[in-house]
Amino acid sequence: MWKFLLPATFFAVLVGFFFVGLSRDPSQVPSPLIGKPAPAYTLPKVEDPAQKVTNADFSGKKHLVNVWATWCVECRKEHAVLLEIARQNIVPIVGLDWKDDLASAQQWLQQLGNPYVATAFDEEGRVAIDFGVYGAPETFLIDEQGKVLHKHIGSLSMEIWTNEFMPIIQGGK
Amino acid sequence: MRSIIHVLILSLVTGLWFVSAGAVDDAPPFEDAVLQARYEKLTHQLRCLVCQNETIADSGATLAADLRRELRKQLAVGQTDDQVIKFMTDRYGAFVLYKPPFEPRTWLLWLGPALLLLIGVIVAFRIIVKRSRLALKDAESESERDQT
Repeated sequence: MWKFLLPATFFAVLVGFFFVGLSRDPSQVPSPLIGKPAPAYTLPKVEDPAQKVTNADFSGKKHLVNVWATWCVECRKEHAVLLEIARQNIVPIVGLDWKDDLASAQQWLQQLGNPYVATAFDEEGRVAIDFGVYGAPETFLIDEQGKVLHKHIGSLSMEIWTNEFMPIIQGGK
Repeated sequence: MRSIIHVLILSLVTGLWFVSAGAVDDAPPFEDAVLQARYEKLTHQLRCLVCQNETIADSGATLAADLRRELRKQLAVGQTDDQVIKFMTDRYGAFVLYKPPFEPRTWLLWLGPALLLLIGVIVAFRIIVKRSRLALKDAESESERDQT
């Protein structure tokens, strides 16, 4: 009996590990920032570089921080979704333009439409490091106290928005 | 003699490999040799999250370059190794460490191989004991037959 049961359980455990391990996406690295204060930043505004965008502008408001760039192909796809989310007018979206060219970024917003209440221009990528960004697009949900509630890695879709973000936004209201 | 030559060739090849890998980092070295050594050690301990099987020392990704630049800045202003590591893990999580830390979450990872070895030894031991008993029994029955 044992001769059969022992290897069988061992195998079942192994299958369990593989099942969980292989269905995970290794490119999705969990963020240690969840539940912690979002990093502070003060950066030039893409729409008008003479002005500054800072995290203080949005304190007291639940908002999204969306990391994008004109060199990011996925971001172009995501842009329509961001416009739709902005149209719903539930939470403001703050853009973080990551390691980009200012003129191209301005052109992008003019041509594709601007879903952002403001876009911070992070030319060096220093603020992105504080946010633990390692790819674009990435989207953070930040609460009234400036705490990070959620992070989504990769392109947003309306499905992700409704299923992943909305319950957190409504739950905390 | 032959094996010595093999070792020499191998070390030469791997040495060359390290040189070519180092060429990714095009920033000028620190003037202070101690600082440069610490910088090199740390870049080999941090993972590039874009190409996850490379350290930021070996990776050509722009994120790796940004992280190297940040590391350089922090070392220049006198941050300790621990402070720099904490800076990185606070932002990117423990995954940024190329060598996983020993903590409850990684116990199985670190101790798993030893555990498997232990199980293997126990199984092997039991099989050996059983076999030797069988052999003993066989010998006994042989001798019994001899007596009759």
